[in-house]
Amino acid sequence: MLELERITAFYGASQALFDVSLSLGTGEALALLGRNGMGKSTTIRAICGLTPPRDGQIRLDGQAIGGQPSHRIARAGIGLVPEGRRIFPNLTVAENLTAAARPGYWDRARVEALFPRLGERRGQYGHSLSGGEQQMLAIGRALTTNPRLLILDEATEGLAPVIRQEIWTALRRLKDEGLSLLIVDKILAELLPIADRCTILEKGVSVWSGAPDGLDPATRDRFLGV
Amino acid sequence: MTLPLFIEQLLNGVQLGVTLFLMASGLTLVFGVMGLINLAHGSLYMIGAFTCATVTGSTGSFALGLGAGVIAAALAGALIEWSVMRRLYARDHLDQVLATFALILIISEGTRYLFGGAPLWLDVPDALSGAVALPGGAVYPLYRLAIIGVGLLVALGLFLLIARTRLGMQIRAGESDREMIAALGVNIASLYTIVFALGAGLAGLAGAMVGALQSVRVGMGEPVLILAFVVIVIGGIGSIRGALVGAVLVGVTDTLGRIFLPELFGLVLPPSEATTVGASLGSMLIYLVMAVILAIRPQGLFPANA
Repeated sequence: MLELERITAFYGASQALFDVSLSLGTGEALALLGRNGMGKSTTIRAICGLTPPRDGQIRLDGQAIGGQPSHRIARAGIGLVPEGRRIFPNLTVAENLTAAARPGYWDRARVEALFPRLGERRGQYGHSLSGGEQQMLAIGRALTTNPRLLILDEATEGLAPVIRQEIWTALRRLKDEGLSLLIVDKILAELLPIADRCTILEKGVSVWSGAPDGLDPATRDRFLGV
Repeated sequence: MTLPLFIEQLLNGVQLGVTLFLMASGLTLVFGVMGLINLAHGSLYMIGAFTCATVTGSTGSFALGLGAGVIAAALAGALIEWSVMRRLYARDHLDQVLATFALILIISEGTRYLFGGAPLWLDVPDALSGAVALPGGAVYPLYRLAIIGVGLLVALGLFLLIARTRLGMQIRAGESDREMIAALGVNIASLYTIVFALGAGLAGLAGAMVGALQSVRVGMGEPVLILAFVVIVIGGIGSIRGALVGAVLVGVTDTLGRIFLPELFGLVLPPSEATTVGASLGSMLIYLVMAVILAIRPQGLFPANA
């Protein structure tokens, strides 16, 4: 459903992506891997139109979305859970789940059923939530836009193991319901079991793609080791 | 100082405050949501006044004139946002000041070209002419009371719009993270146009209503604009509640200060000196109030992102 073909992207004069290609089928989960600073977040920003690609093609279900304004890309069916959560601190939980909502299966009630803590915190302002609750809210907020593809950038970063498990359980459920996922996460042991395929980035280039069980120790060591 | 005089001046202060609120609410939204300094907000006030005076003069209906003034200012605002402002969001404040100052000159000279240099006069509509007797023996013009009423209704409407509607949520979300709200599918460009047109319409409403109290002339917006900037700095940039409280505070302080400070100084100084000292202190009183408030609360009374 999502295809990137030879993407390049720049921050001002400095090039961050040199040649990134990847593809993701409907209902699949793709793990985007690579050490820090290799271009994972920039790839996500390029897909979402926040750092528009300079060259290359991005297609969502065959429709070219590369270089479109970010709100069009979102409306084409991409939901973003950004690095650092970026929930709206001056809005309540309920308002965070309403402000950008678009009609569809996911509404506030269904998000609250997925993450019951959000229901308990409904009237609280975003800034008063714990890190885990903010992360759930960021995921819930993206779901209320009823995307076909959910992109998660470091969605479990800095969270306690029990909260991480709660988030992975939710993501697994979303995948089972047919949502496509593109996930960046540091903890491979938790990420790989949910992934159908992986793409590894190194210095802004996609250098390896394949199934998670094709990630042999040599590949891991070469591209992902510290 | 008699009680009726005090009540009358207090109401004058509130009426000035309410007018300032209509100006300041748009200014504070535009500054808070879009990070844009718009000096041309006073021109939108003038557009509202000129349109109201012209339409009322040709149709004989003040209600039509008022509606036309609001709509003309809102349309002018949308046009200005679309043609000029959206090129300035990424620029620094100095560029915005320069460009919007140019807009003041263009709109003022354009108005002078269309209407000539002589002021227009707009009469208080018959239904709202006359005065009302208030408790305490004061008699107060009905039209000024109506302005206070309209201003308070608009304030209530704005509170509800910002606090209760999805548009209000998106406006507040845009205040805290405009890239994120766009990445969730909200068209930030049209949101900005709506906010700008809304602010412009409110400035036009203020200008149209005040047009019946003062002469309608080129340059009428700038003194109000300066006070409106004082209001949003006192109230906290981006906060509607701050704009309301700040506007009434500035309106009442300014009005009462100018009237009563000379009298107060008269108690301790010879009459001629008291008039001079009192008048000059009265005209700078709101700036003193602003300085004191900012010394205690640098973000203003109601910081929007607290």
